[in-house]
Amino acid sequence: MTHALTELTIADARSGLAEGEFSAEELTRAHLDAMEKARDLNAFIGETPELALARARQSDVRRAKGAPLGAMDGIPVAVKDLFCTEGVRTTAGSHILDDFTPPYESSVTANLRAAGAVMLGKTNMDEFAMGSSNITSYFGSVKNPWKGKDGEDLVPGGSSGGSAAAVAARLCLGATGTDTGGSIRQPAAFTGIVGLKPTYGRCSRWGIVAFASSLDQAGPMTRTVRDSAIMLGAMAGHDPKDSTSAPLAVPDFEAALSGDVRGLRVGVPKEYRLDGMNDEIAALWRRGCDWLKDAGAEIVDISLPTTKYALPTYYIVAPAEASANLSRYDGVRYGLRVPGDSLDEMYANTRGEGFGDEVQRRVLIGTYVLSAGYYDAYYLKAQRVRTLIARDFRAAFETVDVILTPTAPSAAFAIGEKIDDPIAMYLNDVFTVPTSLAGLPGISVPAGLDSSGLPLGLQIIGKPFDEETLLRAADVLESAAEFDGRPA
Amino acid sequence: MSLDKQTVAKIANLARIRVAEDKLDSLTSDLSGILAWVEQLDELDTDGVPPMTSVAEMTLPLREDAVTDGNCRDAVLANAPDSEDGFFTVPKVVE
Repeated sequence: MTHALTELTIADARSGLAEGEFSAEELTRAHLDAMEKARDLNAFIGETPELALARARQSDVRRAKGAPLGAMDGIPVAVKDLFCTEGVRTTAGSHILDDFTPPYESSVTANLRAAGAVMLGKTNMDEFAMGSSNITSYFGSVKNPWKGKDGEDLVPGGSSGGSAAAVAARLCLGATGTDTGGSIRQPAAFTGIVGLKPTYGRCSRWGIVAFASSLDQAGPMTRTVRDSAIMLGAMAGHDPKDSTSAPLAVPDFEAALSGDVRGLRVGVPKEYRLDGMNDEIAALWRRGCDWLKDAGAEIVDISLPTTKYALPTYYIVAPAEASANLSRYDGVRYGLRVPGDSLDEMYANTRGEGFGDEVQRRVLIGTYVLSAGYYDAYYLKAQRVRTLIARDFRAAFETVDVILTPTAPSAAFAIGEKIDDPIAMYLNDVFTVPTSLAGLPGISVPAGLDSSGLPLGLQIIGKPFDEETLLRAADVLESAAEFDGRPA
Repeated sequence: MSLDKQTVAKIANLARIRVAEDKLDSLTSDLSGILAWVEQLDELDTDGVPPMTSVAEMTLPLREDAVTDGNCRDAVLANAPDSEDGFFTVPKVVE
């Protein structure tokens, strides 16, 4: 029984709870057991078993009393350690915050809690969400539950790698992630799960440790598209505490999964066919087009001419915003303090010791591109290119409803590969970054295995605040792909 | 643009990050590589293109200029590395 409970989808667990087949406490215990057995993956920075059991019991009491229930009542989930959780240590994967216990709760996790979800613990991540591999965490690398052909350990992707590994390894039914340039979608592709980055503004950023404020967006990571629809519904909503949160009602995302894409116009951008693109990814992409065509959609060739410049634009804009956001870590109000003889020396010592190499690199790049004399040449230039990238998408969406692309240029790679070359690492996000720069929703759906038996994902990109069409197309893609691979 | 060690040391000082002398060389080459790579943006003509100021097409909401929380000094100070009498402490700044 314990084993079977961790195999359920959120939708199935919801039915099982409603029909009294098992209690929320049993469901939670099954996942806590699984977490204990899978500690080798290093997916969690902090486990919260007592809190989880208490919330599960409260859910059981609500159900027994016939009290109103939330959309995720009694469903065990994991939370990326970037979301501040009241009374529970929140580190952002960084030494500088490793003893920070927020006295407040992020709006997204508060929404999930109000919907009845049970938090199992806080998942590991790249430090301050900067990375595509989960090897930059102060708390050590996360292992992908999938293994390489020769049994070698692989990265789970990043920055939401702990959440992705936890969902893939059946340690939770769903997890929250955050995506700044692909940090939900790329790890979802690397671990064979579904990852959804909503439209910028759909989920509140209040209480999420900030990386790049104009890009950061929270979203669900689950094993099915339906589960993502359920979980997004519980996370999203207007929040007066976040001035960039959109004052829009939350649609019934699950109701959008009609299974019907007849007449849907699916754009295929020619600029995403990179020189030297991995053959298996190119073949999977073609298969994805065929699946949607067979279901009655129309495939339309489109052009997004500025695509090539998205990644360099991102690596100016994101570090610039990060250098400003991370200036709050100075050893005065919270986090690590490393003493110095003067105030300036204390700041520099604290930040030199508290930030890891990748965070230092990005803060320094950000400081440089914003500094006097270079602001126009780098930062302002990048903001102009960003306008062009957003215009490309706007023009494309005049003729198509969604866009289909691969999620990542390769399958998961071995831990230790690519670490010496920051630019090679940045290229992992080549298909996800343009969407982020334009603030659009994107979802990664597991669509097949490569010749080494590792999962590959396809990405669907939607119009702003049209997650419903995005989910409807993703659901049809998922059914056609019949992906049933799972980690050993 | 290729950076030299002195420039990297200056940026590190502006960013208030102490970088050990023996790490300056590799950091200089990393940062130079990244800057050389982002400079491909110069290929694009962006004359007359307005810089993006907001990715969401929304007007910034305003709220009443009123205190919406407060009286939470202890919560604010709870994570301070060092505090005294309800204040954050810092090294002496005035002789």
